[in-house]
Amino acid sequence: MSKMTMSQKILASHAGLSEVSAGQLIEADLDLVLGNDITSPVAIREMTKFKSDSVFDKDKIALVPDHFVPNKDIKSAENCKCVREFAKKNNITNYFEVGQMGIEHALLPESGLTLPGNVIIGADSHTCTYGALGAFSTGIGSTDMAAGMATGKAWFKVPSAIKFNIVGKPSKWVSGKDVILHIIGMIGVDGALYKSMEFVGEGIKNLSMDDRFTIANMAIEAGGKNGIFPVDEIAIEYLKEHAPGKEYKIFEADPDAEYDEEYTIDLSALKSTVAFPHLPENTHTFDEIQDTKIDQVVIGSCTNGRLNDLRCAAEILSGRHVADGMRCIIIPGTQKIYLQAMQEGLLKTFIEAGAIVSTPTCGPCLGGYMGILASGERCVSTTNRNFVGRMGAIDSEIYLASPAVAAASAVTGKISEPSELGL
Amino acid sequence: MKAAKGTVFKYGDNVDTDVIIPARYLAISDAKELATHCMEDIDKDFVNNVKAGDIIVADKNFGCGSSREHAPLVIKTAGVSCVIAKSFARIFYRNAINIGLPIIECVEAAENIKAGDIVSIDFDTGIITDETTGETFKGQAFPEFMQKIIDSEGLINYINKK
Repeated sequence: MSKMTMSQKILASHAGLSEVSAGQLIEADLDLVLGNDITSPVAIREMTKFKSDSVFDKDKIALVPDHFVPNKDIKSAENCKCVREFAKKNNITNYFEVGQMGIEHALLPESGLTLPGNVIIGADSHTCTYGALGAFSTGIGSTDMAAGMATGKAWFKVPSAIKFNIVGKPSKWVSGKDVILHIIGMIGVDGALYKSMEFVGEGIKNLSMDDRFTIANMAIEAGGKNGIFPVDEIAIEYLKEHAPGKEYKIFEADPDAEYDEEYTIDLSALKSTVAFPHLPENTHTFDEIQDTKIDQVVIGSCTNGRLNDLRCAAEILSGRHVADGMRCIIIPGTQKIYLQAMQEGLLKTFIEAGAIVSTPTCGPCLGGYMGILASGERCVSTTNRNFVGRMGAIDSEIYLASPAVAAASAVTGKISEPSELGL
Repeated sequence: MKAAKGTVFKYGDNVDTDVIIPARYLAISDAKELATHCMEDIDKDFVNNVKAGDIIVADKNFGCGSSREHAPLVIKTAGVSCVIAKSFARIFYRNAINIGLPIIECVEAAENIKAGDIVSIDFDTGIITDETTGETFKGQAFPEFMQKIIDSEGLINYINKK
């Protein structure tokens, strides 16, 4: 009997092997290779060094300009032009122009391009997001992207895994962001280095798909190779809506699969969690947070720019106003999310509350544009990294939090949880 | 296989890709121009002091964060001949091998080598020598498959040779 984890089973099936074990080096067939406007131009230049510069399958490559789009300057415009021309020359099916684009890790699942049992590589570290749908997906660099686009294959060292047994039900304002920040605080930013993080247990039924995307998305912030969830009824419902008619294969871990470590996460015991500068592992709950005045709030990104995130923020901002002098920047992850937020009246709520709403972009998350911080400024952000200088000046500060905490903080002007507003 | 020798720049845990090359420069495509910003947010004097052949020694999880290949690329382009760390973040590790930046995992070397020491590395044996103190350390060997990519000076050449 094999003793494989979910991730190992998917890798074995794509390497033509009946069994793999941790540490084994394999070559796997790829279902999707993706890149953005930062990483793809580097990969496209590398492609020219191959004997053949044609792509392995025009339907299995996704090119999503999203980091500095709509273009913030001439250099980023040139990078997008490079990607656009490459997509046209190779007749790439899944190239997303401004107007169709969104933040890649919100857009591709929504577009039905990431399916259970897939092996996906992306030249973006948050490619691990698609594990929420039971795919093995992991971030790689531009050279791997080039090799993947040319050959349809990538080499992997088969990872061992850490099992997170999720139980219980979270309270009203606790969401996927609090779950993953809690875990990173517990195991550290290299706690899952080179490993899979497998999230299982009866409690996952109490996590929406949007919660799961957030959790899988930040596996990389614990050093993980991938994060992955089993495919349950909630995932199948999501796939019916977003990938109708598409075939996929569901993999489950063997009952006696071996894990390096196992943790139980009781959702009912979790509290709103904030990662202080300058590492995602530097987490605190509100019983230990002093009054901390802030200058800006960002609600968006591949971590927390989905519809449930916006609904949560709107529920808190409804009938309230952002604090004097506060900038509150809200960025829907995709055009579809943007449109639905409009139809549900969320955008009206945001604007009436004194927030601004941007077109989809990674923008401020990586200090690109649309909300750069000046020296000494502090931001509560629903993004994924709070490294030194990540959002602007090297002595600015980023506090990572859930949409609920970010919205509450926008109203009070200091790091706050919704209960401070009587919610 | 070549050897490396140079002066050590020393850093701590979790040196992330945002401090190695801040995103505000990522639209730049010229490697030499990018490299003028290498390590800018953690050590603004690095680019003024680094010489060809110099060596970076760091603690755990070097290169954590983004998948940007610009990170190992700027280190290589700045002239660094090898990065020694207690451990590397996995995407950085992969990217370094793929673009031909030599890296070595060695806890003892990272603990004992000091900034400014002269260090030499024999890549065939994995032996790291601190020539300032006379101490030697043994780095972790690469699996044979990765060694082939390294010997080919990167993934693209390796695939072309296959």
